[in-house]
Amino acid sequence: MAEPKVQIERPLSPHLGIYRFSITMAMSIVHRITGSALYFGTLLLVWWLLAASSSAKQFDIVSAFFASWFGQLVLFGYTWALLHHMLGGIRHFIWDTAHGLEPGEREFLAYATLVGSVVLTLAVWMLGYMFKG
Amino acid sequence: MVELTLPKNSKVKAGKVWPKPAGAKRLTEFRIYRWDPDDGENPRIDTYFVDRDDCGPMILDAIIWIKNKIDATLTFRRSCREGVCGSCAMNIDGLNTLACTQAIDDVAAPVKIYPLPHQPVIKDLVPDLSNFYTQYAAIQPWLHTETPAPQKEWLQSHEEREKLDGLYECILCACCSTSCPSYWWNPERYMGPAALLQAYRWISDSRDEATGERLDFLEDPFRLYRCHTIMNCSQACPKGLNPAKAIAQIKKKMVERQL
Repeated sequence: MAEPKVQIERPLSPHLGIYRFSITMAMSIVHRITGSALYFGTLLLVWWLLAASSSAKQFDIVSAFFASWFGQLVLFGYTWALLHHMLGGIRHFIWDTAHGLEPGEREFLAYATLVGSVVLTLAVWMLGYMFKG
Repeated sequence: MVELTLPKNSKVKAGKVWPKPAGAKRLTEFRIYRWDPDDGENPRIDTYFVDRDDCGPMILDAIIWIKNKIDATLTFRRSCREGVCGSCAMNIDGLNTLACTQAIDDVAAPVKIYPLPHQPVIKDLVPDLSNFYTQYAAIQPWLHTETPAPQKEWLQSHEEREKLDGLYECILCACCSTSCPSYWWNPERYMGPAALLQAYRWISDSRDEATGERLDFLEDPFRLYRCHTIMNCSQACPKGLNPAKAIAQIKKKMVERQL
């Protein structure tokens, strides 16, 4: 009788490190990252609301933080993450109806998420600064 | 599980640079993944130079040329050389495709060739696709009927037959499934694009009477819903099919049957 073969420890072939990135792949990853970032953004919102409900002094501290250059940068990032994730959600909704899945269409929707989120973020901030007075 | 880096025994090392063929005027450099189960070493990348005036136009021509003229130990699968059998599926220049239908001039030099991604390697460019075939078997790829068999064949109208276009052409080369990050991270629980496209081929068949059971089998957070529409599958398919769309159609059917 033949001896049972020794189990060979096979290597795993390379994957993420060698696969060529596409726009749809990149936007899928960014959708995840922005989704996670929204948890952090929601904490900022909670912090702001808690401060508003506790005292004027607390509210001033939080407002000062959000008005600082660093706070503004964080809020700008949060705005972009929120809008990118929202547009990504709309894109997924379109795909769930089995539309926009042909070659060209899917790449267009992925680019639209990226460009749309940047444009909308800039628009929100421009409007914000215009009405701030 | 998501593991971005390769296990220790899978890390790829630098390999041998084989001498250029003498007297060749037009050379193309190939960097090819090698792993020998017998030498106990890690995988490596070997470099070869192909004499283009002595070699056919396709990637498969080039690796056969290397095997015949430079290094007989280079191991890969191939059979039909015309995109019908699906044997020579591999990762060429970062994309999964068939070596026999990919022209050398259409990819950037040096040409980088790896086995299909995130699979156990048997040798060099030959991956172990057992899991992939098991998943295909799991979707029960044959006609399920309850009504008694007709005297002759099961009839189909032209319109009903047309619903199988874009599905029946799948050759099970595994380019799509092994291009999918969701499949990389959950190869045993997510069915993968190929098996799902095949499942949809039977769901769409007017003669099949087990649509409900087929959908029941797929209604699972992993089997179907690990698809996150990354779209690598549809981009990779060397037959120009659209697994992402087939999966979206299955998801749509899941919703429709609830209404």
